[in-house]
Amino acid sequence: MSIQTLIAEEQPEHFAFDKASEKEIKKAISKYPEGRQASAVKSLLYIAQKQNDNWIPVKAIEEIAKRLDMAEMRVLEVASFYSMFNLKPVGKYYLQACGTTPCMLRGSDDVMRCIKDKLDISSGETSACGKFSLLEVECLGACVNAPILQVNDDFYEDLDYQATKDLLEALEADSPPDVGSVMGRQGSEAEGGATTLKAAKRSGKKK
Amino acid sequence: MLADKDRIFTNLYGWGDAGLKGAQARGDWDNTKAILARGHDDIVEEIKTSGLRGRGGAGFPTGLKWSFMPKEVGLRPHYLVVNADESEPGTCKDRDIIRHEPHKLVEGCLVAGFAMRAHAAYIYIRGEFFNEGKVLQAAIDDAYDAGLLGKNAAGSGWDFDVYLQRGAGAYICGEETALIESLEGKKGQPRLKPPFPAGVGLYGCPTTVNNVESIAVAPTIMRRGGAWFAGLGKENNTGTKLFCISGHVNKPCNVEEEMGVPLKELIEKHAGGVRGGWDNLLAIIPGGSSTPLMPKDVCETMTMDFDALRNAGTGLGTAGIIVMDKSTDIVRAIARLSYFYKHESCGQCTPCREGTGWMWRMMDRMVRGEAEIHEIETLEQITRQVEGHTICALGDAAAWPIQGLIKHFRPEIERRIMAHQAVTNAAE
Repeated sequence: MSIQTLIAEEQPEHFAFDKASEKEIKKAISKYPEGRQASAVKSLLYIAQKQNDNWIPVKAIEEIAKRLDMAEMRVLEVASFYSMFNLKPVGKYYLQACGTTPCMLRGSDDVMRCIKDKLDISSGETSACGKFSLLEVECLGACVNAPILQVNDDFYEDLDYQATKDLLEALEADSPPDVGSVMGRQGSEAEGGATTLKAAKRSGKKK
Repeated sequence: MLADKDRIFTNLYGWGDAGLKGAQARGDWDNTKAILARGHDDIVEEIKTSGLRGRGGAGFPTGLKWSFMPKEVGLRPHYLVVNADESEPGTCKDRDIIRHEPHKLVEGCLVAGFAMRAHAAYIYIRGEFFNEGKVLQAAIDDAYDAGLLGKNAAGSGWDFDVYLQRGAGAYICGEETALIESLEGKKGQPRLKPPFPAGVGLYGCPTTVNNVESIAVAPTIMRRGGAWFAGLGKENNTGTKLFCISGHVNKPCNVEEEMGVPLKELIEKHAGGVRGGWDNLLAIIPGGSSTPLMPKDVCETMTMDFDALRNAGTGLGTAGIIVMDKSTDIVRAIARLSYFYKHESCGQCTPCREGTGWMWRMMDRMVRGEAEIHEIETLEQITRQVEGHTICALGDAAAWPIQGLIKHFRPEIERRIMAHQAVTNAAE
């Protein structure tokens, strides 16, 4: 149904954490009491995913199980339960479009339509060029800046059809624009200026 | 309208420096040692005096919740867990605290953690808040470097650690026991209660799980006094609250206001009014997607607090206000929430796992009118069979929006069914 519930058929034969990842792993495990290292499983899955072009091969799951003294099945269970772990490759730009009601009311249909027009992909698909993958996701928690499109780790907010088109074109050219509101809102304040905290000084406009 | 001097989150919009220096200039970490010197129980009493009710949705009195933790630390350490897994549709307030006021949260962890005799807090942040998490981690690191956390935190003589864990995309982890399961490195599936977390929580130890906003307001309450907080808002619904106003308003925004603020005033003063004017209003979901919608006539005089909304058959929830004007396809708007709950059901309890899918498929047909009139009754019955029959409240949360829709918009559902039947009959 969706990208994350499927495991890639083609799997690498080996997986080893690199030096940078090892450092991160050490830090992650140190947060938990002795014997509770399984708490770090999501951290290690993220580390593997980051090292491996945004997806987690089965060999990495086996390695994580060894590291944390967990059954492989338990690690796979976690990896498949949470929607942010990709068990098969995704494009360089992983588009996660929120379609839940608050975004829907503000025009997430237009965002999806633009992605379809421009890249000819629907939720769960990767573009022919391999550069973009799309997943319709559930509430991203930025509803007053709806609609939202998450690209890899970043939120693009206050979108409409044209702004989505501009964003996709910028990504195609590998020059991602500044993250956040495309309307220039700094945060969650009302467009055109907040109604409260007037005495507070603005530290400077958004770039 | 709440005066700026009574606002807690003075950097809500991120205009100032979110870092330690900026936070200290706004009053955070000001003599935290003196707050802790008052002792564990005195802090709990002050929070009780403030009347603060949990800001995550259920509205349980925060001071009382803290008092459930054992008074003596036995063999098992105590834990504070902060629920930063903000994912209730319509809600985006904790995000602002995390990215713009992270030190209020970190200091709150120390104050609340100390009050419940914990030496460690885990903040569980939703995975999608990657950039927000970076800001929070930087705040934690800076607090350690400044001696505000760690051994002898803030010079109090109390050792305290704060750790951040990222979630990975699962709404259910906002439920406190699912969150604990997830923290332990498992699938986020809720636990049966009892035992409650205050007895058996994280790693089987006494644990209290609080929402970000509840924890972040604690230091300010301690500084300005419980009586100050209790003097704002209404009786039993005290203090200030972050409201998120989304959907069909001219200027969607987050704003801190007094509890019990009239809904209409909130929308017109802060969010630029309903698109097309107040008379163009169709319905409002007042407290995040789980709370049943209210039609315009109910919204007219509604005040935004736990009790008034509960009396109207809905709830304050997270105070995520979703406004829908007359252009809204109201059946689709609720059907999309049904899809959300189907997607987010953890699959543990049969009524929820099967029921959410069933409800969504029926709702999907209702959007197009592809149903029989009597099926509205069937749908209503299904919601009743899911509600109250599951381990956690996700089943209830999936049922309530549909119940609200049927209660207030039954004629619209019927109209679609009849229109669809008319088209089918004409074709035959």
